[in-house]
Amino acid sequence: MLSHPRIRSALIQILLLAVLAVTAWYIYQTTRANIIQQRIATGFDFFWVEAGFSINQALIPYSEASNYFRAFLVGLLNTLLVSALGLVFATAVGFAVGIGRLSSNWVIARVCGTYVEVVRNLPLLFQIVFWYLVMIAVLPAPRESVSVFGEAFINRRGFFFPKPIFSEGAGTFLLAVLAALFVAWVAGYFARRRRVATGRSATVWPLQMLALIGIPLAAWLALGMTVSVEHPVLKGMNFTGGLQLIPEFVALLFALSTYTAAFIAEIVRAGILAVRRGQSEAALALGLSRRQSLRLVVVPQALRVIVPPLTSQYLNLIKNSSLAVAIGYPDLVSVFAGTTLTNRGQAIEIIAITMLVYLAISLIVSFAMNLYNRRIALTGQGARA
Amino acid sequence: MSGYVRTQTAAPLPPPQGSTTQQWVAGHLFGNIFNAALTILAAAAFAYILFLLSRFLVFNAVWSGTDRDACKDVLNGACWPYVQAKFGQFIYGFYPHAERWRPNLVFVVGALLLAPLLVPSAPWKRLNALLFFGVYPLLGFILLTGGNIDLQRFLLGRFVALPELPAAFGLRANFWLDYAISSALLTATIALVARILGTPFSFSFKVLPLCFLVLALLLAPLDADFGLRWVDTREWGGLLVTLVVAVTGIVAALPIGVLLALGRRSEMFLVRWLSIIFIEFWRGVPLITVLFFATYMLPLFLPGGASIERLVRALIGVALFSGAYMAEVVRGGLQAVAREQYEGAAALGFGYWKTMSLVVLPQALTHVIPGIVNNFIGLFKDTTLVQIVAILDLLGQIRASFADPNWASPTTLYTGFAFAGIIYFVFCFGMSRYSQFLERRAGSSVLRREAELR
Repeated sequence: MLSHPRIRSALIQILLLAVLAVTAWYIYQTTRANIIQQRIATGFDFFWVEAGFSINQALIPYSEASNYFRAFLVGLLNTLLVSALGLVFATAVGFAVGIGRLSSNWVIARVCGTYVEVVRNLPLLFQIVFWYLVMIAVLPAPRESVSVFGEAFINRRGFFFPKPIFSEGAGTFLLAVLAALFVAWVAGYFARRRRVATGRSATVWPLQMLALIGIPLAAWLALGMTVSVEHPVLKGMNFTGGLQLIPEFVALLFALSTYTAAFIAEIVRAGILAVRRGQSEAALALGLSRRQSLRLVVVPQALRVIVPPLTSQYLNLIKNSSLAVAIGYPDLVSVFAGTTLTNRGQAIEIIAITMLVYLAISLIVSFAMNLYNRRIALTGQGARA
Repeated sequence: MSGYVRTQTAAPLPPPQGSTTQQWVAGHLFGNIFNAALTILAAAAFAYILFLLSRFLVFNAVWSGTDRDACKDVLNGACWPYVQAKFGQFIYGFYPHAERWRPNLVFVVGALLLAPLLVPSAPWKRLNALLFFGVYPLLGFILLTGGNIDLQRFLLGRFVALPELPAAFGLRANFWLDYAISSALLTATIALVARILGTPFSFSFKVLPLCFLVLALLLAPLDADFGLRWVDTREWGGLLVTLVVAVTGIVAALPIGVLLALGRRSEMFLVRWLSIIFIEFWRGVPLITVLFFATYMLPLFLPGGASIERLVRALIGVALFSGAYMAEVVRGGLQAVAREQYEGAAALGFGYWKTMSLVVLPQALTHVIPGIVNNFIGLFKDTTLVQIVAILDLLGQIRASFADPNWASPTTLYTGFAFAGIIYFVFCFGMSRYSQFLERRAGSSVLRREAELR
């Protein structure tokens, strides 16, 4: 009876479940004993306790009097900020370098190839720490700041820019921007429909540019140009006011973008090489111009090869942003799993939350990329399963 | 779609370019003005960087000295005496001077075992792999720590008080008596249960005693006293730690990865889903959080767990993390094994384990060797993260040395990074070239996408 495959498989699974349950119970018991012995608090009440430490970059109002939950949000937003900007820069540089490696210009191809090999074969943490320490060593003290036309200032404490302030009428201005985007989209939509129906393509980009620039400009003028600018001012030891980028942020963003770009470049190169030469030759034979054949034939096919590994590079970049803790950029790990854990000692709750947040971000990004992948995947006859 | 199609014949293209040097230069470097400008600009930038690098590393560098005075006036040359003075720390950390022959021996044996393993045509692959993945970690552990761990009780001893017996060569008769009785009892019980249930469990009669024997062979050298001084892992550092973490990570990741990959393809619902959850969990979180987990959370799970050493905790975290990544690499290999192979094994009357271990896994693992090497490159670079949980690896030691006022000079920072950068680059670049060589040799790039996951 026991040699029947289904019964045996059920038995093995029950046994596995039992072993897991016993292990979990054992861990629960020892953990409880340890927590009681070491007098560690439990539960999530600590979220509402005053944090008492300062954070040098916060996207939402935060002070030492804020509670730990607010500190957590500040860290999370900082992680999201550096990841989002990193994704944009890494994609742009990665595509440029990847295409550059395939350039018919030998020198350009070699320079791009060297970049990829050097950056890919050095640890990311090495690069982050290197750029950070070099920046700190090279940049001048606040009093000797490098001034860019007296508007922006660069020193060891960071990069300071004038900040635009949309006081009154900001809502109307935002509405105008949205309206401009909508007009541009509608124009593109009708042009596409007309092309599909009649085969004649209409030139709509001048209209779109006019809408995108004209409508917000008109709104701005109509509102009486209410956008004012806040300048950074040297006060005592450092600048205050304006838009401030801390050096930790700049170093992390730079290292993350350049590192991931090297991997993206290789993916892009492989994707373009995967499109057979016959495809672009056939497009040229049909009378498409070089640009058209690239845009309409090569790139759509290359994207199918590029997007899945690109997704995992995006996820890597987001996860790698946690290396911020090594140079003290206040990201989620640094603020929450670092400072908060040291202050409160509640390792289980804090590390579990941190891990779950990263898992959630990973899931959301891969879900979005999968949706995009499905849109560009082959459809109709000959589609891959 | 008629808008795209021409109505007249297009003008014929010019003939393909020839292949003389002149034509190549004209076509590839100076095709048009824009291209020519780009070429000159890129070449100039490249040459300038090379000039700066060679000036810093060689021509303007300081080569001898005893402290910062030698380097304090040089602004654009490396300060090599600083590396010379700190070399011991960069390689061994604070490993005692008198005992440094031990890590050296481990390095040499490792290189001697690894070199023939990497050459595809070298003979005795199986023996070589067994030595590298089985014996070498044991040897490394004994040499680096000193071995002679005191084994107290096995299984029976936890329930029954055994008589105190004397010890010889560090081997306690107590423990080994316990071990012999316990394993015999366990084997007999399982064999009996199998007999009663009437299953053809050849497992209990043949495999179980063999497992106990192998375990004994592993434990005995660890227990034995070779007269080596114990060196605490807190004293380890530098490149030694980097290599220990990377090699342990990859050696532990292989079995974990193979089991998880098999589990993920299992027909048993529970096994499959547990494997998927395990793999996706560790792959979905950053390594830093895994190291935090291993450092701060794991000790709470174990009775008196705070006594586990920091490095060991980090190693557990690294093993779990790289095991999950390895599982995906192995899964790629399993998918590449043709269905006929399973059918052939079934036709021979092989059961699950025989099919897997004799037919499927040997083929699957051969397919994914480039993937495993790429995984190792990723892991090697990731070892730098251990400095965040206060373990000083190569990069950590170098960072720590910047604080030494004895060597504070304008170029100490750059010299340290140049030294670390050269070591990391040589290792990673060498390995990536090796994996490319394997891929070309295998003649398939199907698995390259798997490799690029990291």
